[in-house]
Amino acid sequence: MSSFRIFNIAGSALSAQNVRLNTVASNLANADTVASTPDAAYRARQPVFSTQAVPGGGVGVAVAKVTQSAEQPQRQYQPGHPLADAEGYVYAANVNVVEQMANMISASQSYRSNLELMNTAKDLMLRTLNVGR
Amino acid sequence: MFGSLPAALRVHGQRLETLASNIANADTPGFKAREIDFRAALTAAGGQAIRPATTQPGHLPGASVGPARLVWRVPLQPSADGNTVDTQIEQAKFADAAMRYEATLRFMDGRMRSLISAITGD
Repeated sequence: MSSFRIFNIAGSALSAQNVRLNTVASNLANADTVASTPDAAYRARQPVFSTQAVPGGGVGVAVAKVTQSAEQPQRQYQPGHPLADAEGYVYAANVNVVEQMANMISASQSYRSNLELMNTAKDLMLRTLNVGR
Repeated sequence: MFGSLPAALRVHGQRLETLASNIANADTPGFKAREIDFRAALTAAGGQAIRPATTQPGHLPGASVGPARLVWRVPLQPSADGNTVDTQIEQAKFADAAMRYEATLRFMDGRMRSLISAITGD
């Protein structure tokens, strides 16, 4: 606590959880999109976290990469659809909405607990500043 | 003047940082939760650890303290991605560490106030 490292640690976690919430948002936003080929279909994105050393001690967190789901897009028969291929099929995004909602709850809880951490650290720092007054 | 209080404050601060790292990495695959061995850290930081007195030649000295200060936490339940952080436990420990930090701060504050009143003579 001699420096402000807790703020760096919890701050890195806040930003990483924010990236996670953003990917959930784009996954949910694209849950109903379709495409005319399996390659062009939207694939669910998911960030992968890794540890990141904070100068002077402590371990923060960083987003190592954002992966795309390997699951095959759903093939749906919709001959009237303007994006349908020659056989009348469209390819829907492979987003599992329930999974995304669970992921969102988990991310927001992690965000909140890191925020609490920062608040506690801030209070302790202020009290340290006021020693002897 | 303050005895081992500044060292204790520093170690409590380090413990808060370690627990903050654990909570920050609650979702990182393969991360292993860590904890500070307070007594070893306090001794290393120059504070006085409490040891049994050796008054007789047959008495054994107190437990020796190694340089290792960070220890791994033993997980209560395994997770598929190898992460051993249990957020609830870490939060409880963080609250505990914050309280101890504040208690140490109060003691320091008391000493400081006594000194100030001795100097000003109020």
